[in-house]
Amino acid sequence: MLIALFADIHANRQAFAACLDDARARGAQRFVLLGDYVGYGADPEWSVETVMALVADGAIAVQGNHDSAISEPRETMNVEARVAIEWTRGELGRPARDFLARLPLTAADADRLYVHGDASDPPAWTYVASTAEAARSIQATRARVSFCGHIHRPAVYSLSATAKMTAFTPVTGVPIPLLPGRRWLIVAGAVGQPRDGNPAAAWLMLDTAHQQVTFCRTPYDIEGAASAIREKGLPVWLAERLSRGI
Amino acid sequence: MVKALLEPGTVIDGFRLEEVIHRGGMSMLWRVTRQGDDLPMVMKVPLIAEGTDPAAIVGFEMEQMIMPRLSGPHVPKFVAAGDFAVQPYIVMERIAGKSLLPRLKKLPLPYAEVADLGVRIATALDALHRQHVVHLDIKPSNIVLRPSGEAVLLDYGLSHHEQLPDLMQEEFRVPFGTAPYMSPEQLKGIRSDPRSDQFALGVLLYFFSTGVRPFGEGETLGAMRRRLWRDPEPPRKLKADYPPWLQEIVLRCLESEASRRYPTAAQLAFELSHPDQVKLTQRAERMKRDPLTVVWRRRFNTDLTAPRRKPEVTAQLTAAPIVAAAVDLVADATLNEALRTTTQRMLATLPSARLACLNVHKLHRLALDTTLDSAGHNKRVDRLVALRHWAEPLKLDGARLTVHVLEAVDPADAILEFVRANRVDHLLIGARDPSLMRALLGSVSAKVAAEAPCTVTIVRPLRETAP
Repeated sequence: MLIALFADIHANRQAFAACLDDARARGAQRFVLLGDYVGYGADPEWSVETVMALVADGAIAVQGNHDSAISEPRETMNVEARVAIEWTRGELGRPARDFLARLPLTAADADRLYVHGDASDPPAWTYVASTAEAARSIQATRARVSFCGHIHRPAVYSLSATAKMTAFTPVTGVPIPLLPGRRWLIVAGAVGQPRDGNPAAAWLMLDTAHQQVTFCRTPYDIEGAASAIREKGLPVWLAERLSRGI
Repeated sequence: MVKALLEPGTVIDGFRLEEVIHRGGMSMLWRVTRQGDDLPMVMKVPLIAEGTDPAAIVGFEMEQMIMPRLSGPHVPKFVAAGDFAVQPYIVMERIAGKSLLPRLKKLPLPYAEVADLGVRIATALDALHRQHVVHLDIKPSNIVLRPSGEAVLLDYGLSHHEQLPDLMQEEFRVPFGTAPYMSPEQLKGIRSDPRSDQFALGVLLYFFSTGVRPFGEGETLGAMRRRLWRDPEPPRKLKADYPPWLQEIVLRCLESEASRRYPTAAQLAFELSHPDQVKLTQRAERMKRDPLTVVWRRRFNTDLTAPRRKPEVTAQLTAAPIVAAAVDLVADATLNEALRTTTQRMLATLPSARLACLNVHKLHRLALDTTLDSAGHNKRVDRLVALRHWAEPLKLDGARLTVHVLEAVDPADAILEFVRANRVDHLLIGARDPSLMRALLGSVSAKVAAEAPCTVTIVRPLRETAP
């Protein structure tokens, strides 16, 4: 089965729609959504409704820190993120807010675990930024393969039978075999706000039959997403960073 | 975890084990058959037991990842792989030929034979590098010649794939490889430089042509590290009749600094196949090793040993193409000028590219050709001189420029043959004016453009068009 995994959509309607189309065109049969559906972008209502429709259709969705902040404001976010969250809260209707608040922090499926950030303590929202955090996250789970997002930069980590970690920056479009002899942590890039220098929307395609994962990039209407952010009066930087992928 | 007992007759996933062909330190090779499958096959089974060297497992994992992605005549065809949880194995094509290992008994080999082997191996390396893989364990036992002549590279357990996680890199902090063949940068832990394979091939060529290993057989890290600063004895010191062109090539492959070797294996293959065109430098003349002052400078000059930016396989290959320009010496000056301008424009951005200038001496189908013209000039030499003259304004360093006169009845076929045999990346060819002759005989450039296995640029001087 082909499963498309999306992380960090961040209310970027243009990117989310383009990735859904692309994933379906490539034969995705299921969707897994790795959190942060809102925040930063200009279309939270549409994004959450789309996620709700996908979930109603059998998709798995977990909660991200921005989703959780809608009902539980936190002081730890940076200014732009806080401004965006305050604005988003006003944009979302009751059903959307309830939906986000009730999302689980993790979800398991076969030998896989889905979580927004570090699996060793999901509510702490720690970034998996290096092999040290990746090792901690892998060791905290029983899953053979974990998938997360949160850091907006794609990465692949694996833990060998001899407890050695490997780290790798994946190449777009090249399938990586999830060798059975080791445990894996796959970090998806961001659909709605890539930060690895490539402005195209990032997502993953998992092929369960061949046990391999492919990092995909989809070009989208960045100018449309950026002008929507400006029109809504959100911080300009949130619009500017999209075209540079930072 | 239940492991099947392996013995002749055992069937694993449809493959019937026939006999053990080889039993190594890390794996066993079985000849296997499968019903309805004519391909001769071998099954490689890693020896994994309590206390197994982790390198055996990781090497096998790497091979399982890399082999299914390789294709072409220079690798064994991948057939199937088995899961670690049940019975790990890789089934691949069994190559009919023999490895180069038995030739060790007959060293040194004749120079022409060494050069011929070198071309075949370098061509195989180029094919591998173009598939994003650095082999990192090139040695006689890992090279087999097919009955059709192509070199096949075996064993990808130590290899690096630039688009896949490098499990070896992370797993082991000490360098892995075969001591006599390991490049200096491998000793420093760099696994992503395709020129490391060129160094190993240089060791093989040196060994096969002299009967002596350039850096001995030292297995200790200290003995291996000496090659970082100590150059080998020049082959000519060991054998008085050693051809200077071969010494030039072999010592260049063995440069301790990778950037001083050939930019690509394709360029090395090119040099080995055109001995008369090898630009001889002081390397070719050398009769003794570098003086100690030079060695000390290499050893203690930290500038030289400072880590470089991580080399990237594809970036290095694309920066060093083999460009060929087909020059029609009797064409009008404007066309040849345009051809040169286009060549210059292309080479300006590619300091590691090399240029081969081609001219076809058209033979007559019936009439007898003589090498001398009516005035007694050697036609071939005249053409070579004219080609060099055409290329002179490009101001290319002699090591980057070669000239070739091809003799053929059909010019297009001759150019295509050269492009194929020399792995040319980009061909530049002029388009002649429409003429009655061309209308009758067809255009050389059109045929070449349609059939060449590489990029072809048709050059034409800007024509005034009627309004």
